[in-house]
Amino acid sequence: MALYRPIADHAVLVEFGTAINDASHVQVLALDQALAAQPFVGFREATPAFVNLLVDFDPLLTDHATVEAHLRRLADQPLTPRTPNTWNVPVCYENAPDLDEVARRTGLSTEAVIAAHLAGDYRVFLYGFAPGYAYLGGLPEAVKLDRKTTPVRGVPAGQIIIAGTMCLITTLIMPTGWWIIGRTSTRVFTGEQARPFLFDVGDHVHFHRVSQAAFEALP
Amino acid sequence: MTRLRVAFAGPHVTFQDSGRPGQMRFGVAASGPMDRKAFAIAQSVFAAPSNAVAIEVSLGGLALDCVEGQVTFAVVGGGFIVQVGPRRLGAWQVHTLHQGERLVIRPGPWGSWTYLVFAGDLGAPQWLGSSATHGPSGLGGGMLVAGQEVRVHNARVVPEGAGFIPCPIWARPRPVIHAVLGPQDRFFSPESLEDLATQPFYLTNSYDRMGLRLRGPSVAPVGALSIPSEPILRGSVQVAGDGLATVMLADHGTTGGYPKIATVVSEDLDGFVQLRPNDAVRFKLITPPQAVAMARAGDRALRTYLARSR
Repeated sequence: MALYRPIADHAVLVEFGTAINDASHVQVLALDQALAAQPFVGFREATPAFVNLLVDFDPLLTDHATVEAHLRRLADQPLTPRTPNTWNVPVCYENAPDLDEVARRTGLSTEAVIAAHLAGDYRVFLYGFAPGYAYLGGLPEAVKLDRKTTPVRGVPAGQIIIAGTMCLITTLIMPTGWWIIGRTSTRVFTGEQARPFLFDVGDHVHFHRVSQAAFEALP
Repeated sequence: MTRLRVAFAGPHVTFQDSGRPGQMRFGVAASGPMDRKAFAIAQSVFAAPSNAVAIEVSLGGLALDCVEGQVTFAVVGGGFIVQVGPRRLGAWQVHTLHQGERLVIRPGPWGSWTYLVFAGDLGAPQWLGSSATHGPSGLGGGMLVAGQEVRVHNARVVPEGAGFIPCPIWARPRPVIHAVLGPQDRFFSPESLEDLATQPFYLTNSYDRMGLRLRGPSVAPVGALSIPSEPILRGSVQVAGDGLATVMLADHGTTGGYPKIATVVSEDLDGFVQLRPNDAVRFKLITPPQAVAMARAGDRALRTYLARSR
């Protein structure tokens, strides 16, 4: 059962669970898509997260009770999630600053760390932290590590970073306490007006390995 | 075209338009002005579109040299001091800046944010269709830095416009802000919820366009240090494990794993950000329908003001 929590004067948080799990996230995405297809008067935007969907509205045009009733009607319909996109992202693991340390801490060889990272079936659970930072869930348990105790400043865009069971492709020069295990030529900020961000929440991401020479030859 | 050069810009001085809503799902907060009411009044002075670009000036202040041309300008928001050459003016006034003159904006008796607008079009870079600056990334119009040139296209001199702009009572700082409990109030003890509703909190120096940290009673969450990241809104009162509350503002992160004890209503956020470090603030808890009624009343007041001052 979903919970509907009113927020301030302009939002409702729809909650499908309390811990990260696939079933809750599927419900989040299904309601998100139903709402995009059938918005209510005064709808401003929806933000999907792991277990809940934030629905923001214009308080001059509607109110919490009206919005909740609309969302309950949508949630009662049979919801068919759209077919997600799958994106293939090249990764160069050579000269990655933290690969050896991840290997040491997990007790694996660097090749085994790379193999574990490549084996993951990743799904975009949500964006957060900074513009374009897509949280990709699905990193195998074998390479699960806590964040570094101290964030590293000035980590550039295009780095493949991991922490917990999440993987992320950086889009900006930002500090991060996550482990840097590779880099990619894929840009989540596409620079294209029609699709400024590469991934939609719910999309799948597969990584494949490229050599440094191939990486540098990529456009 | 009128050309200005930045002689000095304090931290958090940025180009802002009305904001970049609709991108939260991609990790992008709406940004836009910290004080949306003052910004709306500023844009009305020269009958600019409501999404036109202004320069948002923080407590850090700003100095601009007029290198070429002339232009009429207005400063709206807070009780800032405005100087043109030797003339000492204030915010909530309209004046003309001439070639060779320096315009200085610095903190005055009250307020933390003010808006500089020109009779003309401010040129500023756009990102995702908006010149609003996202502070942490610098994307959008961007931060103003010393030496930078600022261009005003179609600059006009409006001699008949010179004078005072009325400062409405609702544009003043608000030491009492209304908030609705939740959405994660279940992670707080009854004592913490009681403290939130009854005790004074104080603004700290730890602030930027992302958020403002408060000092006051510890309202530490109980057993919620690993909740799944949830969406954050402008106005979310987020509490980290240390029990300190932070009010999330224009450039907030879009998701976060710290519980939100309450959410400040949008109507009071403009007045809240005009408070200053060490000022006291109290939360008054209200119901969601009361919050909606406040939003509607606030909008009516702004519209009435704008209609009358035209």
